[in-house]
Amino acid sequence: MIDTLPLIWGLVLAFAVVVYTILDGFDLGVGMLFGLEKSEANRDLMMSSIAPFWDGNETWLVLGGGGLFVAFPLAYSIIMPALYIPVIFMLLALIFRGVAFEFRHVAKPHHHWWDKAFLLGSLGAALAQGVILGALLQGIEVADDRFAGKPFDWLTPFSLFCGGGVAVGYAMLGACWLNLKTEGELQQKMRAIAVWLLMGMLLFIALVSLWTPLVFPRIADKWFSLPNFYFLWPVPTITGLLAFSVYSALRRKRALWPFLGTVGLFIVSFIGLAFSTLPLIVPPDISVYDAAASHESQLFSILGVLILMPVILIYTIFVYYIFRGKVTPETSHHSI
Amino acid sequence: MEIDPVMLARLQFAFTISFHIIFPAFTIGLSAYIAVLLAMWIKTKRQRYQKLARFWTKIFAVSFGMGVVSGLVLSYQFGTNWSEFSRILGNVLGPLIGYEVLTAFFLEATFLGVLLFGWGRVPQWLQLTAATAVAVGTLMSAFWILSANSWMHTPAGFEMREGIAYPVDWIKVIFNPSFPYRFAHMVLAAYLTTAVVVLAVAARYRVADKFPRQSPTMLKMALGMIMVLAPLQMFFGDLHGLNTAEYQPAKIAAMEAHWDSSEPAPLLLFAWPDQQQQINHAAFGIPGLASLIITHEREGLFPGLNDFPAEDQPPVLPVFFSFRIMVGIGLLLIGIGLLGGFLWWRGKLFTARWFMRPLQYVWPLGFIALLAGWMTTEIGRQPWLAYGLLRTADAASPVPASSILVSLSLFVLVYAVVFGAGIYYINRLIHKGPEPEVLEAPSAPMAGRPISGAESGGFGELNRERTND
Repeated sequence: MIDTLPLIWGLVLAFAVVVYTILDGFDLGVGMLFGLEKSEANRDLMMSSIAPFWDGNETWLVLGGGGLFVAFPLAYSIIMPALYIPVIFMLLALIFRGVAFEFRHVAKPHHHWWDKAFLLGSLGAALAQGVILGALLQGIEVADDRFAGKPFDWLTPFSLFCGGGVAVGYAMLGACWLNLKTEGELQQKMRAIAVWLLMGMLLFIALVSLWTPLVFPRIADKWFSLPNFYFLWPVPTITGLLAFSVYSALRRKRALWPFLGTVGLFIVSFIGLAFSTLPLIVPPDISVYDAAASHESQLFSILGVLILMPVILIYTIFVYYIFRGKVTPETSHHSI
Repeated sequence: MEIDPVMLARLQFAFTISFHIIFPAFTIGLSAYIAVLLAMWIKTKRQRYQKLARFWTKIFAVSFGMGVVSGLVLSYQFGTNWSEFSRILGNVLGPLIGYEVLTAFFLEATFLGVLLFGWGRVPQWLQLTAATAVAVGTLMSAFWILSANSWMHTPAGFEMREGIAYPVDWIKVIFNPSFPYRFAHMVLAAYLTTAVVVLAVAARYRVADKFPRQSPTMLKMALGMIMVLAPLQMFFGDLHGLNTAEYQPAKIAAMEAHWDSSEPAPLLLFAWPDQQQQINHAAFGIPGLASLIITHEREGLFPGLNDFPAEDQPPVLPVFFSFRIMVGIGLLLIGIGLLGGFLWWRGKLFTARWFMRPLQYVWPLGFIALLAGWMTTEIGRQPWLAYGLLRTADAASPVPASSILVSLSLFVLVYAVVFGAGIYYINRLIHKGPEPEVLEAPSAPMAGRPISGAESGGFGELNRERTND
């Protein structure tokens, strides 16, 4: 009998990564857009639209890294040394943007360095995450269950391209978030930017979709073989429909739909990537079954996930509900 | 020049975790303090509790942010620098870290938003709930991470198959032999550390004649904590030491610089341990006292370092000294508690400027003791990463020394900038002190009723507080 736990854990991790990219995606995106906005009042608004949430959002990244260690220690012990440099880079970038939230507030009026730390930290983290994604997709050299490649194996045109793609995607989420949370001039500006970012995001999605099957035969086999092809054709179709709906919602000045539609685009793209990769967890050789922790370990930890994840989701939604509505200069003060 | 990548990886871990632990230790205590202040505000409706809660919440926000980002680094470092550790022990330790994320990190991080930004937007009870959730979250986090750490000192409930550890009994894994002692010792240390900071801040305000209403409240609360917790900490520390004597005799031998197991051990007040020659220079101590503490007999014998081959001995010098620093500060805190308690009893606590003046500077004591304690236990575990199971040298990643050197330099640089700034800002916040601001009426629909406590601080309140001074 094949143990189904590794696959379940694989789905849990995939879920954590999707939630992470959406939640921290929009707040990293807001951080990147910070650079396009010069007015101090608007910068304060942008910051306070994400300030109550960023910490919880980033915890999903800890769940991603921690979850990999919990459920697939072998994968964790291969991926981390292989992607040493981009991972460390991402952590350093996240340090700068993370502390900027509080430091910027308490440093006023001498906070321009923390503005830069927030902007560059957000951009750096987004790029690094995209590079990590690309490096994983292209595969890691493994011998005797250990990373056997070189320190710069991750650095390829493909991984850099993915870095750009993720950064543009996050910026799109950020623009749509601000379109949802702000009013007036700032909202209009973000709506205009969002249209361009949508185009950029689609371009990246299209190119990655072409690039991966052309360069990686294992991905081409998955997509262009029968019967897979029959039930996969909706993926690009849905992507197109979603993109069009986001575009028209932006033109019609809707607040919520551009954000939800972009989230949909992320989910569909992610399903496509997951399909290309699973059951591999460290392409091209290691599957979720190879990398799985012992059955008892996965069982013990999945029980925790099944019981606690709904609770976490409930109180996360509750906190988003508390801070719902537009941020205005009146509510944007750091309230302590 | 050839640099040992394992040494660099150890340096990097020691550096990043030492920086990190300062913030959780502080925020475990501070979140509980804020929750207590909020509870007292809601109960007594006195505005000074609310002002203090808000003041410390600002400091909490800055500290917590630094704790989160420095902790994130650690959760990835197990893999980047210690991939063999992850591969070999992941089955056993992974789930403990997983439970930490699920039960603690989400709880803290999510409710932090409410605690920081909920003022005037959520009702008082929810503000208190958020503070309590954060405080409980930090405790849960300590529970799981100390369980995992303790397992590395006293592994239990597992079996080794083909060089990989497999769990057999989760209860034994989680409640491994050293865990209850380490957990109690660390949580007490965190509360003490925070109490010492609050005490120093209160003393600073007394000396500067600032905040006449809030500073006595802080002073009494902090001193009360220290009077109770410092002796209790000594007691639990002793229990922890006895546990270490049972399970990690080499560590105890290093802590006491006890080389020869055939003789009773003195309690060394000073010595310069020489690992090369396996003797102490300039030793000065109380004969038989270490034997008395560890074996409860003056002539009692316990294993000395000569029972362990040189390659299994921990580095004696740093363990010996860091242990003494920790205990010395512990004794000093007990002394502060006794003296402060005496002055309090005589009704002179708030006016004794000679006592307040030095107290302003005691704020780092808790942090130093905490770091010294961790160095004692972690260096004392060497050369093992998991005691008797996995050597530190065998746990490292296949990463070249150059990568680790570059990342280590970057961490040192970035931490110096970021944490230097953080401490500067915290000091500035403390200098400014609690603000005499009045809450605006709540505008958001979540707030079902007005924040009555905040508005009750009228003249009657002021008068009542004056009589307290």
